[in-house]
Amino acid sequence: MNEAQQVSGPEEAYQRALDAGRLIIQRCGECDRSVFYPRTICPHCGANNLSWFSPMGDGHVYSTTTVRRSQEDGGDYNVCIVELAEGVRLMSSVRGISPDRVIIGTKVRTKVVKIDGKGLLVCEAK
Amino acid sequence: MAGCGEARGYSEIEILAQAAHAAISDAGLRLQDIDGLCTANLNAAMWPLNVAEYLGLRPSFIEGTNIGGSAFVAHLQPAMLALSAGLCNAVLVCYGSTQRTATFGRKARAAARNMLDPAPFDAPYQPFNPPSSYALIAARHMHEFGTTRQHLAEVAVSARSWAQLNPAAFSRKALTIDDVLNARMVSDPFTVHDCCLVTDGAGAFVMMRADAAKDRPQRPAYLLGIGTAVWHRTVSNMADLAVTPAQDSGRRAYAMAGMQPNDIDMLQLYDAFTINPILFVEDLGFCRKGEGGPFIASGLTRPGGKLPINTNGGGLSCVQPNMYGVFAVIEAVQQLRGACGDRQVANTNAVLVNGNGGNAASSQSTAILGSSATL
Repeated sequence: MNEAQQVSGPEEAYQRALDAGRLIIQRCGECDRSVFYPRTICPHCGANNLSWFSPMGDGHVYSTTTVRRSQEDGGDYNVCIVELAEGVRLMSSVRGISPDRVIIGTKVRTKVVKIDGKGLLVCEAK
Repeated sequence: MAGCGEARGYSEIEILAQAAHAAISDAGLRLQDIDGLCTANLNAAMWPLNVAEYLGLRPSFIEGTNIGGSAFVAHLQPAMLALSAGLCNAVLVCYGSTQRTATFGRKARAAARNMLDPAPFDAPYQPFNPPSSYALIAARHMHEFGTTRQHLAEVAVSARSWAQLNPAAFSRKALTIDDVLNARMVSDPFTVHDCCLVTDGAGAFVMMRADAAKDRPQRPAYLLGIGTAVWHRTVSNMADLAVTPAQDSGRRAYAMAGMQPNDIDMLQLYDAFTINPILFVEDLGFCRKGEGGPFIASGLTRPGGKLPINTNGGGLSCVQPNMYGVFAVIEAVQQLRGACGDRQVANTNAVLVNGNGGNAASSQSTAILGSSATL
């Protein structure tokens, strides 16, 4: 069975794309709004014809926190909510800069990284 | 109440049963009179079965909906409907947790819950929940409205000043704004003093129809209005981080009670974190959106102030066994009875209770309780 024929729900399809290095999200064929996280029905209008597309990857930090952690356990890290240009919000982490430099409004680009073989969406400050 | 603080050596069902016994005795009833049961627990999905078996109850009305810490406020609504429909005559609402001293620790419980009920789109980023989700809410409120860490600290200091009047409160040592600001940071902007306590504790109360309750030994508190709202589960799916479902639950409770914010004498607000009471005074109409920080910093919520909040010390300073809602209801009833000793607020006739649940102010349940003077 090739990838295209494989039966999977939206959660699995989303993760498979991430594992292949691609971010895909859904758009509703009825109300035209973007949807995240991946679902079988649209939470905005209730329709069941969602389809996948690749967002541009531009966004900004909607809110942010630094989770404090001891140096032995890896040190402090960023957890944020990013709003993509397509209108959806998702939890992520801004990598590559010190967590205390991540502020609300920071412009970011999404990036898919691999951790233990699994794709993960993170962000880099622009 | 039973086992509040540390209940070392006891299990959660044991202290729950002690609290239930105390509440039933206080109501002048016997266990055999209880024919309705409302209860919930974070670890057991079918918890009403555990409680019915342990207490030896065969209730005709059972309610076990768990929408987080607000559950025991939310239970007031189905209990009220069941009583008024004649399904039962005396409903026991009860909760107990030994999260602080249990040998099966908090970290193991949290890991087990995350495995059984994952949040797959948030978990990889390792938010330290619940603090991180409420921290994201607080950071957004600060960004939009200029709320400061000092405003947050005022909430913790107000709670502590009440706890100092309550001999049953867990944390009673003097606390200053600087103490809060300079404490260990957990998840910015929260220090440990912006976060609720982690205690054991059990609480219970009995609900009856008003006509039956007036012959009991204690002066009853009357349920005047109740509303519940759930909008989301995770903080990443909260439509506006500065607005909670308390706007809906509050509107429903005020409508049922035929009351407005200026009819309310006192608030019992679920203070999981210092941002919560700030959001709730806004969403429940005591000040405008964005003004909750300065509103509480003005001092009116402290002892002697004109709008007391969390007169027991709240979850920040009195008791917080993972789900706090039942204690907010109990403190409201105690104040309406005039049974609160040094922390009693004179002329308390209408108390608003707002329960909060979930990792991101996800469920809200608002109740308005009144003395006979409000009928």
